[in-house]
Amino acid sequence: MKLAYYPGCTLKTKARNLEDSALAALKALSIEVKELDRWNCCGAVFSLADDDLIHHIAPVRNLIRAQEEGCEGILTLCSQCYNTLARAHNLMIDDEEKRDTINRFMDEEPDYKGEVQVIHYLTYLRDHVGWDALREKVKTPLRDLRVAPFYGCSLLRPDDVAIEKDPTILEEFLSALGAQTVSLTEARECCGSYQSLANPDAEQQRLGKIFGAVNRSGANAIALSCPMCEYNLGRQQHQLLEQNANLTATPTYYFTQLLAVALGIEAGVCHFDLNGKPAFELLKEKSYIVSAAS
Amino acid sequence: MGDKKQDELQMIPVYIMGKKYDVPAELTIMKAMEYAGYQLIRGCGCRGGVCGACATVYRKAGDYKIYTGLACQTVAEPEMYLAQLPFYPANRATYKFDEIEAQAETIFALYPELFRCVACNACTKVCPMDVQVMDYIAELKRGDIEKAAKTSFDCIQCGLCASRCMGELPQYHIAQLARRLAGGKLAPRSEHMAEIVRQINDGAFDKWIADLKAMDQDQLKEVYSNREMEPHMGDENWRPKENRGLVS
Repeated sequence: MKLAYYPGCTLKTKARNLEDSALAALKALSIEVKELDRWNCCGAVFSLADDDLIHHIAPVRNLIRAQEEGCEGILTLCSQCYNTLARAHNLMIDDEEKRDTINRFMDEEPDYKGEVQVIHYLTYLRDHVGWDALREKVKTPLRDLRVAPFYGCSLLRPDDVAIEKDPTILEEFLSALGAQTVSLTEARECCGSYQSLANPDAEQQRLGKIFGAVNRSGANAIALSCPMCEYNLGRQQHQLLEQNANLTATPTYYFTQLLAVALGIEAGVCHFDLNGKPAFELLKEKSYIVSAAS
Repeated sequence: MGDKKQDELQMIPVYIMGKKYDVPAELTIMKAMEYAGYQLIRGCGCRGGVCGACATVYRKAGDYKIYTGLACQTVAEPEMYLAQLPFYPANRATYKFDEIEAQAETIFALYPELFRCVACNACTKVCPMDVQVMDYIAELKRGDIEKAAKTSFDCIQCGLCASRCMGELPQYHIAQLARRLAGGKLAPRSEHMAEIVRQINDGAFDKWIADLKAMDQDQLKEVYSNREMEPHMGDENWRPKENRGLVS
């Protein structure tokens, strides 16, 4: 299957640590992907209003771009891009009337009828590399990491775009990297999303619940795939800790950063500076870091 | 119009701001308007297709599409319904160029409406220069200033994109900021330019200019007429014999 790689806007700015580590890991696994020549923002949030079709134009246009480049699949990394693209794709298959309206509006583009499969990086690793093969490629098993995988919403809901129904994919992935994993019910819940701006009190309560569970599980790291979750659980974590003395700091990583580290890729590619100092310190303390100089 | 007399000309009907006029075929929209009696003060600039002052919107009978063109370049067609759009209000952010950085956040802060784009592509569809307007907006949303500068390079600032935007973006002003940042802060410095400026400041060409200034009009005409020009088919190895103006 010819794949088009769709990065998403955030990966080009605030989440370079997600993109660069992911691409370096693919290269180390001898997988070549090509970024779409032309692409636009996916829209970030799938519009739920029944008569609001204009906000489906952006994701569908990206699917058309992949189709134009002769690709049968579009590979995504960011959970929100995955969710938005996959749901737009399903809409174009399931709802003939809306499909026709959308296609007619985009009269400068070829019609889209659902020709391009939307694939998340994790699913791609599972199906095209396989956990056993991945395990063999690992140079630095992450044995002393006890990782809580955080799925959040976008990879799991709604059902028809869930990367797995009762997800164990992140656990299996992390096990292949040699890490211990802890599965938490709270890790399948919402991170609070944009409530961190609109309703900070509710956001803090939610994060308190998540970190309570993470702390009780004895996890010393959190793995995630969504820049929004990373913002709430990672960058904003200090706020939560300032208000809750009983909670312990727990570094957050994009799953691709842990992948790159386990594959023995030079740490500079992972931009750990964007995760905050403790994230890098923990991996260094465990002697997992390969630096360019050494 | 050549040597043809007016009664030999084929006349075509066009509708300027809703009123019908018969104008000679093969005129540009701008000349057709002038033929019809309009005196253009605004909405008319270089007459050479580069200044962007004469953006025109038109429709054709029985066709739902909106068409656009530069009045000075586009030939009038029969049954064309047209109007000039010499100016379209679009807010331009103010900044001190020396104080801003060539980063995505600079553009986000100066033009937060960037994120109102829904990728409808109406901007690209009306661009008379065939600039991929929506694409450069998408590039700026992900902070790719250099790519956006290249994608928007042919923009002549006519403002038609802004007139059609459902997100109410001033696309062409945002693109201009991107090109300024790319040219002023991201592109490599041209060192030979700095060198020639230094030579100018050091007076290397003062005598040459003084000689020109001392000439009378006839002498100037002669010098101008006999000036050395690059041959039309000259290859990249061509060098002028007169090389006083080159970096030494």
